[in-house]
Amino acid sequence: MKISEILELCDARLVCGNERISNEVTSAFSSDLMSDVLMLPAEKLLLITGLCNIQTIRTAEMAEIRCILFVRNKRATEEMKSLANEHGMVILETPFSLFRTSGLLFAGGLKPVY
Amino acid sequence: MGIEQQYTVKGGDFSHAGSASSHVRKLLKQLEIAPEKIRRIVIALYEAEMNIVAHASSGIVRIFLEKDAIIMVLEDQGPGIPDIEQAMKEGFSTASRKVREMGFGAGMGLANMKRNADLLEITSTVRVGTTVRMTNYF
Repeated sequence: MKISEILELCDARLVCGNERISNEVTSAFSSDLMSDVLMLPAEKLLLITGLCNIQTIRTAEMAEIRCILFVRNKRATEEMKSLANEHGMVILETPFSLFRTSGLLFAGGLKPVY
Repeated sequence: MGIEQQYTVKGGDFSHAGSASSHVRKLLKQLEIAPEKIRRIVIALYEAEMNIVAHASSGIVRIFLEKDAIIMVLEDQGPGIPDIEQAMKEGFSTASRKVREMGFGAGMGLANMKRNADLLEITSTVRVGTTVRMTNYF
């Protein structure tokens, strides 16, 4: 699924990584627990999370995750956007809940990791 | 190669937590180490660095890059671990609310370090500190 399709399905805002909007993700993982995120295979993975702080971006950096979707209307800070930009990430924000977001993207064809 | 690096980690400094791991990641990329090897190394190191931030008052991270391996030694001044075997169990945690708010502290850190490090050795003295030594081969 293209990142542009995620934007549409989840009524999301693109806050970082405009030039990478046509990149693809194939699977997604929803979690607010970063140690669980660090255990995943990261190939073309979307991280869906309500945990919105600098450690979310750091975790994505270490795990080589390139796209993060923040749910529940959480807003990335300037510090987070700057770190995400530095590492070539895309950041999206949706007003929807974690459950609704996950459901929409699952129905739209994104695969679960397990 | 014989490269050595040293970083200071401050306990409780969540905004800079991970900066040592980030620097090591950049260094390994420059050295063109295989991406999957880099990923395992930095995940193990990041969890260990987070543990210093989460539990200790301060710590030193020393990185030794050899021709065929990276050795990571993290030495902290902190509460120590009374029972290392218990601490290694997934789900066991003594983390504060602040650590949990950062998305950590669920008792997965040491298990994740063990999973990603080729060799892991932990020594600890209660009320003095903990030393973690990890080795990964290229």
